[in-house]
Amino acid sequence: MHPSPSDAAAPSAPPQPKSPRDLFVSFTWLALQGFGGVLAIVQREMVEKKRWLTPEQFLEDWAVAQVMPGPNVVNLALMIGDRYFGLRGAIAAVAGMLAIPLVVILMLAVLYAHYAGNPQVAGALRGMGAVSGGLIAATGIKLIPQLRKHPLGFAACLVFVALVFGAIAVLKIPLGWVLLAVGGVACAWTWRRIAP
Amino acid sequence: MSHITIVMQWHDWLALFGQYLLLSLLSISGAITTVPDMHRYLVAQHGWLTDAQFSSSVAIAQAAPGPNVLFVALMGWNVGLNAGGGIGAGPSAWMLGFLGLMVTMVGIMLPSTTLTYLATRWGHRNRDKRGVRAFKQGMAPVVVGLLIATGWVLAAGNHSGDAPAWHLWLLSAAATLVVWRTRIHLLWLLGAGALLGAIGFV
Repeated sequence: MHPSPSDAAAPSAPPQPKSPRDLFVSFTWLALQGFGGVLAIVQREMVEKKRWLTPEQFLEDWAVAQVMPGPNVVNLALMIGDRYFGLRGAIAAVAGMLAIPLVVILMLAVLYAHYAGNPQVAGALRGMGAVSGGLIAATGIKLIPQLRKHPLGFAACLVFVALVFGAIAVLKIPLGWVLLAVGGVACAWTWRRIAP
Repeated sequence: MSHITIVMQWHDWLALFGQYLLLSLLSISGAITTVPDMHRYLVAQHGWLTDAQFSSSVAIAQAAPGPNVLFVALMGWNVGLNAGGGIGAGPSAWMLGFLGLMVTMVGIMLPSTTLTYLATRWGHRNRDKRGVRAFKQGMAPVVVGLLIATGWVLAAGNHSGDAPAWHLWLLSAAATLVVWRTRIHLLWLLGAGALLGAIGFV
């Protein structure tokens, strides 16, 4: 760390959450801002506003959160909470991420059920469903250029992408088998390629 | 989302819980990548949810604040409501809705968070090890394929009923293109989709 020679006399410690309660409140607030996904908000709040993480820490944590099973942003909250207050912090952060948004979403669902007979409402949801399919597909497409730097080479990666797409979307093979077979081959092959 | 009435025995709830425990461990890169498998299990195989209930659960969660994983809670909630005779059936249906919500949410969260909690420190310490790097990098193309397949399955899931299908595909494709090529806020797109749906375009 490089404490900046500012007018503050005492060397300031990096900011950190004050308590598990602070974590709970911070992550609740963060989650409630995240329409259509929370990741961008996590970066803005944790790195830029609260400075609990440096950009480097954020990238490292994000990579791990992404590799682990489970919702990425929840994993990230878990890791940050754990770092400061152990298990209590992890639970507080995850609970903050989920509890209040869960109440909000249930209220929306009940409201929706009440108006589900209305053709405009049903149409609106159908339109949003079509869009959200597009959002997720685009998230995948945007990641394709990252594969150019992959140890297996770009072409082999595209074959893996196509294999997974075909197995899941066209052949409807259960996810577990696809992950075991295609993921297993991809990881083993990568392991051989990155030999020291 | 007109409801259907289904019968859920205790072993059905147990099977549902087990399925979500399993999916939790398989949800590399987020619960959203397990959407196709949830569709296969809940709609195609067991008929516990209609296509419309399934895709509106995802759509509501996308439109609402909070992590996208909350769509899982809505699926459980809807399975419970179906088992209780629909939301109009009163407190018993609400209780089953909450049961469904707890079964799916605890199922999807418990294994993955436990594993993440135990593994993150280890993974962080060993991030330069060959095995760790091989796993991280090897899964990358698989995760990309999963995301695109998920988008496809979600887009296709809207096509039940007598709506003109090409309008929906066009909307999904347009949304894909806009998100891919621009940095426009996702809320505008969801709003546009809602508007187009409400005026009867899709």
